[in-house]
Amino acid sequence: MPRGGARFVIGFLALPVILYLVFVIGPYFQAFYLAFTDWKGFSKPPQWVGFKNFEDLFHNDAFKAAVGHHLLLLLSLPAVTLVIALFFAFLLNMGAGTRGVKGSRFYQAVFFFPQVLAVAVIGVLFQAVYRPDKGGVLNGILDIFGIAPVGWLTQPGLALWALIAVLIWQQVGFYVVLFAAGMSSIPKEVIEAAELDGCTRMGMFFRVTLPLLWDTVQVAWVYLGILAFDGFAIVSTLSVDQGGPDGSTTVLPLEIWRTFRFSKYGVASAMGVALFVLSLLFAVLTLRVTRRERIEYA
Amino acid sequence: MSALPQNPSRRTMLKGLGMAALAAGPLSACAFGSSDSGTPSTTAPAGPVSAENPFGVKADAPLEVVIFKGGLGDAYATDVHEPMYKKAFPQATIKHVPTQQIAQTQQPRFAGGDLPDVIANSGSDLMDAGALQSENQLLDLSQLFDAPALGGSGKVRDTLMPGTIEAGLIAGKPFQMKYIYTAYGLWYDSALFAKNNWTPATTFEEFDALLGKIKAAGLQPFAYAGKNASYYMYWMIAITAAKIAGNQVLIDMDNLKDGVWTSDPVRQSAEKWAAIGKKYLDPSFEGLTHTEVQTSQNQGHVGFYPSGSWLENEQKEQTPATFQYALTATPSVSSSDKLPFGALRAAAGEAYIVPSKAKNTAGGLEYLRMMLSKDGARGFTEKTGNITVVKGAADGLPLSPGNKSTNDALNKAGSNIITYNLFEDWYKEFETELRSKTNALMFGRINAEQFCKDVQAKADAVRNDSSVTKQNRTS
Repeated sequence: MPRGGARFVIGFLALPVILYLVFVIGPYFQAFYLAFTDWKGFSKPPQWVGFKNFEDLFHNDAFKAAVGHHLLLLLSLPAVTLVIALFFAFLLNMGAGTRGVKGSRFYQAVFFFPQVLAVAVIGVLFQAVYRPDKGGVLNGILDIFGIAPVGWLTQPGLALWALIAVLIWQQVGFYVVLFAAGMSSIPKEVIEAAELDGCTRMGMFFRVTLPLLWDTVQVAWVYLGILAFDGFAIVSTLSVDQGGPDGSTTVLPLEIWRTFRFSKYGVASAMGVALFVLSLLFAVLTLRVTRRERIEYA
Repeated sequence: MSALPQNPSRRTMLKGLGMAALAAGPLSACAFGSSDSGTPSTTAPAGPVSAENPFGVKADAPLEVVIFKGGLGDAYATDVHEPMYKKAFPQATIKHVPTQQIAQTQQPRFAGGDLPDVIANSGSDLMDAGALQSENQLLDLSQLFDAPALGGSGKVRDTLMPGTIEAGLIAGKPFQMKYIYTAYGLWYDSALFAKNNWTPATTFEEFDALLGKIKAAGLQPFAYAGKNASYYMYWMIAITAAKIAGNQVLIDMDNLKDGVWTSDPVRQSAEKWAAIGKKYLDPSFEGLTHTEVQTSQNQGHVGFYPSGSWLENEQKEQTPATFQYALTATPSVSSSDKLPFGALRAAAGEAYIVPSKAKNTAGGLEYLRMMLSKDGARGFTEKTGNITVVKGAADGLPLSPGNKSTNDALNKAGSNIITYNLFEDWYKEFETELRSKTNALMFGRINAEQFCKDVQAKADAVRNDSSVTKQNRTS
């Protein structure tokens, strides 16, 4: 390192690191601490209550329901999003051998569209799409065929799926672009060689593209999994009674927010810690399970 | 949720009970830092006390009035109340301060000690009255309500609608003067009803028949917004329960009394409303918002909509000229009901306060007394179109259809006033569950018995939760 280099680096890093410690790491520790107290958010100082908040979570129906919904999200959201995104990306890049289908650049831009929309806009948009009477986009179409309006968000058995569909719609575009970028970095020779050997489109995808894209898919899986632990904005803007009907769409961030509003900061923090542990557990497990040998293009 | 109209008293209450304490808590050290330095109200200039001047206002003491210039404007102050004060005390100079940011502009002044004499503590940026009171910053208004009424007979408290003073209580004392009176019930378009020869029902049997007729005419006879305003619906359930067994039921609900939700009146009310829901409530309403249902009613697609008297004002821009808002009380269950059909839920809102360390507290009290005079209240109604807490002050005024209907309904109700549900402010966790169960009941997923059982279970859970601060009311 040149003379004064260390000082230079420290000088540049000190501020961001301090900001990060104060505004990110600090609150983490605070939340962990509060989870073991009965703090109500007022001036009265927090009292240590041990694991009581965590024990209470086991009797909290809303919390249990939310965790269940996250498991469902975890199973459906990454899988469906990845399948759709991979399919589109493959068509865009290799739909016609080494090239994408006609107009693929245009489609790529269109697919990316939902990603640039603010969540609030998506909320308003799907409010119109899912509107439960004939004024809704979907129900308006059904009405043309004489089908009675469907309560997309008002039927407890259907509502969560309707919301998952929104999340998928919102995410697919980004992963199409991500995978498209990954695919374009696959050497042309490999694909041409496979084609010469008489590889079908299907075979090409599963034997060439997917293995060479594995790293990207793995990262995408972790991202989407972490997203499956969120869903706050979509659920709170779209669902009936925020998390309803009958709590059938509630998610942990929503319950945390609600519990804060009940002025139970300790319990809410305990939920936050639970969410933290769940997300971390998922990320570690995914990276473990999906570990494979890396393929390097010489 | 904050976009929804809510009873102002409720909003204030909510703030008072601690939403703002979130911010005020950590900040209180600096925001209210010097709160103990002044001695309350002894520094106020005093003039001679007489029957005409019960608070001993010093004739030449300046008066500063801070008005929230929101939906109500501030002409009611500059054109009505301030001239009244000026007429009584010609030597006094009045400083009129209109603002939309009450907390932002006024809260720092409590720390500095340079305080106005009257504040309209309203709007989305209102101050946390509970926190101010706990710092001894508010003047107890008991002497205002016990003073002789201006231009009338008796004390000020005798000229007010029932529940007015109670709505301004903090820790058992009236620290706020709530000024606007809000009535709750079923809203409909009286022009549409007249055209079709429909008359609002007085009993549930009539209600059933009427809704049937409205449905036959191709309208949605009854609607509420399940998506974000299901509390409008449990208001109706609570009101009907109170009609059956008297207002005590609502007091018991607020006090989390054991078994109140599973008691007969509440169960009967839930049964009646669930039956209406089953027969006449389209399932799509569970997924619609307050605004969407309102709009639908304005377009002539909805018969009755349960709500409060802000509805007309809120919808002013969207309402067609032919639409005439009208209010009817909820139908009676049987002839053995404790309260008559005309009994109405009503509550006072929009708080006015006098800082205890203001320079001219006597002037502040006098100003409020003028607001509560018949002339002051009439002037307010003329300027803002809102009905005040002063009994009969709006009679004979040219009112909007909705306000006229509200005024008529209030006159008809007389002393049969059903009070507000304070559990909405006190026990948010319970209220959240009640909303959810109300939707489940009205859209047919659970029956009345299950509803009562589930809601009671939540009430029990909150009562037994030592981490929830318990409140109590006796009237």
